[in-house]
Amino acid sequence: MIKSTLHISIIRTLRGIGSRMIERTWRLGAGARLFFLTLVYSGESFRRFNLTLREVYSTGVMSLLIIIVSAFFVGMVLALQGYNTLQKYGSSEAIGVLVALSLVRELGPVVTALLFAGRAGTAITAEIGLMKTTEQLSAMEMMAVNPIARVIAPRFWAGVISMPILASLFSMVGILGGYLVAVPLIGVDDGAFWSQMQANVDFRLDIVNGVIKSIVFGVACTMIALFEGYDAPPTAEGVSRATTRTVVISSLTVLALDFILTSFMLEV
Amino acid sequence: MTPNIVEIDNLSFGYKGRVLHKGINMVFPRGKVVAIMGGSGSGKTTLLRLIGGQIRPSKGEVRVDGDVVHKQDRDGIYKLRRKMGMLFQHGALFTDLSVFDNVAFPMRELTDLPESMIRDLVLMKLNAVGLRGAHALMPTELSGGMARRVALARAIALDPNIIMYDEPFAGLDPITMGVICDLIRTLNDALGTTSIIVSHDVKETFMIADYVYFVANGEVVAEGTPDDLMQSTLPFVHQFVHGEKDGPVPFHYAAKNYQSELLGRVSVK
Repeated sequence: MIKSTLHISIIRTLRGIGSRMIERTWRLGAGARLFFLTLVYSGESFRRFNLTLREVYSTGVMSLLIIIVSAFFVGMVLALQGYNTLQKYGSSEAIGVLVALSLVRELGPVVTALLFAGRAGTAITAEIGLMKTTEQLSAMEMMAVNPIARVIAPRFWAGVISMPILASLFSMVGILGGYLVAVPLIGVDDGAFWSQMQANVDFRLDIVNGVIKSIVFGVACTMIALFEGYDAPPTAEGVSRATTRTVVISSLTVLALDFILTSFMLEV
Repeated sequence: MTPNIVEIDNLSFGYKGRVLHKGINMVFPRGKVVAIMGGSGSGKTTLLRLIGGQIRPSKGEVRVDGDVVHKQDRDGIYKLRRKMGMLFQHGALFTDLSVFDNVAFPMRELTDLPESMIRDLVLMKLNAVGLRGAHALMPTELSGGMARRVALARAIALDPNIIMYDEPFAGLDPITMGVICDLIRTLNDALGTTSIIVSHDVKETFMIADYVYFVANGEVVAEGTPDDLMQSTLPFVHQFVHGEKDGPVPFHYAAKNYQSELLGRVSVK
């Protein structure tokens, strides 16, 4: 009796794992298919660029406040922590380099992507999910208007365009925050702060690589948000779960991609 | 030109192991108002989706203007859909666009008409449904009945040959119901279109339909003019038309033995 109960429980567990694996694989395939179709039907996003620009406003411009405020505090904390460590080695003038490199290489693209997933990504998922729930996407289909070309692609390109701009702004405002703490507050030399930064931050290796990272994060975060909305079950619970999944999957994807990209960029 | 604009021939459809339609045959003559009636979950809306090519039948075919819908590629289906307009149950208006922009949407997306002409056409369509004065409102500012009328104006924006109505009377007050009823018939006759109405509101549908199909258990169980069906002695039609609680469609959903379940001998799972 006990043996047979154990047997049934093992079979159930294996069946559960198998079913979850099939579902995940199916979703991965469906996501890849949507990504491919988005690229195929992207022509309209550029021909009627106002459609994309409108989305740049709602995803990019509307995310500006949270990005700028966060960047300012991140820069200030970086300067405080950096100074605390650097002064022990008598190299507190290197604070500018530390702040700039941390922001441009890592924190700028990564924190921006995480904030973007929380602010713009959830908004995209909820909007597309609700459009599906209220049959707006079906209505578009029935009017012979392709929703991927009209709704998905402009939002995708808006995310891809917005992310590097937001990440660059994040780094700039973060450096400003770091400067305000390091120079006027702590008393690090003004000239040393900027000249060390200028001498040690490489345009191609640091800045361009940071921008490349943020473009990749833009593609990943926006596509995940769009797919979760497009694939959401048309119910209130379905949209709510999809929104949560957007944040979780985007955050994990950004961190994993960051590791992969960094290892390639540093040629480890 | 075929006499019937839509023909459904021996159509079967099912999903997830559930058979929804079993060999359905229907014809929709040009210029007529034809209703498909049946209980909730009988697959009426699915029939509209099959006509619109949103899903494919498992057997049989749907022909629109002589073309088999499921044999078309994406461009072919879009070409067929340009002959159709559809009114969704809750309107499905685009919530980020005003009433004017909602009606203008198909014109801007599918034609190269100049904006001045689009403006005139939109105002004419809105005037036809009595909402020209509401052109600047947003969908959230409309009542259910007004939203349905705006959606109707959008459905007729490009003067389609077929207009499909999915539960056009559901959840409306009697006055609005009368308005929508009148609009469907008037627009059908004025524009020379064919109207396909999916509904379970007997009184309103019988008032405007030329011909009615009754669908139950995946089959067409009765068909005829509203007068014929009012006189029908078929048990299902009689129960449906007179709104009787019990009959061929049972009051109780299939369940385990009541006594055993109450006494806890059967698991309630």
